Amino acid sequence: MVPLNHYLILSAILFTIGAVGVFTRRNALIIYMCIELMLNAVNLTFIAFSKFLNNMDGHIFTFMIMTVAAAEAAVGLAIILAIFRNRETVNVDDINLMKG
Amino acid sequence: MFYIIGGVAVLSALIMVTNKKPVTAAMNLIVTMLCLAGLYVILDAHLIAALQIIVYAGAIMVLFLFVIMLLNIQEKEGRLSGHKIFLQFAWIMLVGYIFISMVKLIGGGSLPARTEESINGFGTTKAVGEILFTDFLLPFEIASILLLAAMVGAVILAKAKVD
Repeated sequence: MVPLNHYLILSAILFTIGAVGVFTRRNALIIYMCIELMLNAVNLTFIAFSKFLNNMDGHIFTFMIMTVAAAEAAVGLAIILAIFRNRETVNVDDINLMKG
Repeated sequence: MFYIIGGVAVLSALIMVTNKKPVTAAMNLIVTMLCLAGLYVILDAHLIAALQIIVYAGAIMVLFLFVIMLLNIQEKEGRLSGHKIFLQFAWIMLVGYIFISMVKLIGGGSLPARTEESINGFGTTKAVGEILFTDFLLPFEIASILLLAAMVGAVILAKAKVD
């Protein structure tokens, strides 16, 4: 049986990759995918702890995170669609209307 | 088995972040999500593994691919100016620092060892459902309202203007 640290390290690696993607990529769609990756990494932590502590509350948390991720993806992609319709771009550097 | 699946997950995540094309990134994200579903099965979270495949690899990624193909983006991510590159470097350093502190935290803490015997029916639909509809009934209902609000919001945002 793989010890808990390895799950946590894997989760940390995936989370870091997602965070690096959010900070370096300029395509709004890929930034959204990186956010999904970070949420998934957190889910893995919840499930691993749930197994090792023998407590199923972590599964419920994961369930809720999935719900929120689905809602977030739907609304976020709708926003990207609306932005693209108005501005003809999904590059986050070009979307600077709120910048003072 | 864990190391194979974990390695594939990390590899496809790296490809996702570094690749230029959004479609390739989406495909690699699907691979990562399937790998995570495999890890959930290893961890006896059968319901969550099924949900991961249905909700993430199925619904959310189909939505992503729909939008990618709807937008049909041609533009390249051009070279960045020196100031921007410095800023990105600083962000990556910050994220790296956070990663190192996470690893230190994981190495330093006293983590629970695996318990000898799982409780009966751990991770099955029945067991998760029993918790979900007793202890976590209110969050479950709130989640349904959240989904309704998100659905209405997405429809209104994505709807073409009909004046």
